[in-house]
Parts: sequence; C-alpha cells; structure tokens
Amino acid sequence: MRWVLLAIMVGATTVGEVLQAMGMRRHGEIRDFRPGALGRAFSLLARNWCVVASVVAMAVSFFAYLGLLTVSELSFAVPASAATCVFETVLAKYVLHERVNWVRWAGASLVVCGVALVSL
Amino acid sequence: MAARAHEAANPGDRRLSVAAAHSTGAAGPSRDSMHREVARLRWKTWTCAAVVILSNVFGNFFLKWGMPASLPTPLDYITVLFRPVVALGVVLLILWLASRMALLSWADLSYVLPVTAVGYVLVAVAGRVLLHEQITARRWTGIGLIMLGVALVGGGSAPQTARPKTDSPGADR
Repeated sequence: MRWVLLAIMVGATTVGEVLQAMGMRRHGEIRDFRPGALGRAFSLLARNWCVVASVVAMAVSFFAYLGLLTVSELSFAVPASAATCVFETVLAKYVLHERVNWVRWAGASLVVCGVALVSL
Repeated sequence: MAARAHEAANPGDRRLSVAAAHSTGAAGPSRDSMHREVARLRWKTWTCAAVVILSNVFGNFFLKWGMPASLPTPLDYITVLFRPVVALGVVLLILWLASRMALLSWADLSYVLPVTAVGYVLVAVAGRVLLHEQITARRWTGIGLIMLGVALVGGGSAPQTARPKTDSPGADR
C-alpha cells in the first residue's frame, strides 16, 4: 500500500512542481514583499492557470502524503518522496528549457542516491 | 534582429549577451551594478531558501506528530486537519508553498530542487531526535550524499541561468 501511495505522491508532486515553476516564471520575479504587493501578486497568480493546476496537483500529492504518513515512518516518507528530484530535473531541462549543467546533474544525482540510501 | 531572434530561441544566452556588450564597451549595466545585482539575488535566494527549508521541516514534523495511527475513512482525512498540531503543520506547509513559489519566481527549478533538499536531512534528524526513529549507518551515508549534492549546487551554481525577461503583468513590481 505504501508504494502505491508513494507512486501517486511522486507523480502528482512532479507535475505540480513543474507547473508551479512554469507559472511563476510567467509571473516574473517577486521583488516587493509588502502585504499589499503580495496581495496583488496573489490575485494575479489566482488567474494563472499553471499555478491553479499546480495547486490541484499538490493537493492530490498532499492527501497521498497524509495516507503515506499513517503507514510508514517520517524518515521513510519524506526522503522517499525525493525521487521527484530526478524527474523534475529532466523536465526542467526539456519542458522549462533551463540550462542544467554538470554541477546541477551531479547535485541532483547525489541527492537521489542519498535519498535511496536513506529510504531503503 | 538576428541576435534578438537567437536570444528568443535561447533565452539563457541573454546573460552572455549582456556580458559581451559590457566587455566591448557597449551601452549596458556597469560592473558595479552587475555585482550588486548578483549579491542581491544571492542574499534573497538564501533567505528565501532558509524559509522554504525550515517551514517544510517543521510542517512535516508537526503533521507526523499530530497524525493518528490510522485514517480508516475518507472523511477522517478531512477531520484530522482540525487537530491543533496537524493544523499547525498545515499552516507551516502553506508558508512552505508560498515561499517556494516566491523562490521559483526568480530561481531555476533545477537549482531549487537540490538546494532545498537539505530539508530531507533535517527531517530525518528531527525524526531521530524528537520522534525517536532509528537512523542506521546506511541512512547517515545517504544524509552525507544529500548534503554533498546541496553543497555542490548551492556553492557552485548561480540560482538563475536561463530566465527570459518577462513582460507579463505583475513582473518586477
């Protein structure tokens, strides 16, 4: 059961976070952190379909995570979810067209290897 | 015109074209202002990353702490959110989501992922110290590898390598 919940969580998180990055890139850099400016940014983001879809995907991920927490340890549930790191790095390169240099590939690979050791 | 078309196809080249314009003495940002911009972005990135990491760690911790042994019906998934400790965890995870969205508005996803992975280490340590979960030698090795990945990307990579200037509403306000 925990592997099913983990698969749902990883799939939903990957889709959600890539959409979130896409939506925030469309919005542009947030420079003003005063409450009024943040409120205006929030109202713009609420009409950004990428951000809205990402929140839906994150909600699916969150409830899968709640289920996962009931059937496994915290120190399994959280690190195992880092499998998303490798999928998201690939999508960052091919969907978001980021320049993923060797340092970032190496960093993501080390994180995934570390997560595998922590989880197994 | 050709340069502009090339830049549109390869948005990451913008930074290179700015640097080239600077080195040839063409009109462009001064060296001081570029250094200030890099320093501003780095400081802002690390501050926001710290908020992302800490809200994630403590949000997850409170969620686990307040979670019952089982959630037998779908309704239980909703009612459990009204437990005070779980609610605190949810509030912290909302802060995590908001700060992560802010971070992604200027930093690349492929940078944010490894750098915020330090949260996984802190969660494992919090599980060990506060919930008395076991951390075996294998897990400590994994934690070491994660830290190495974080240090590599955090120390050896700029947060933003390919970011086209956006003209969308709300940008740069």
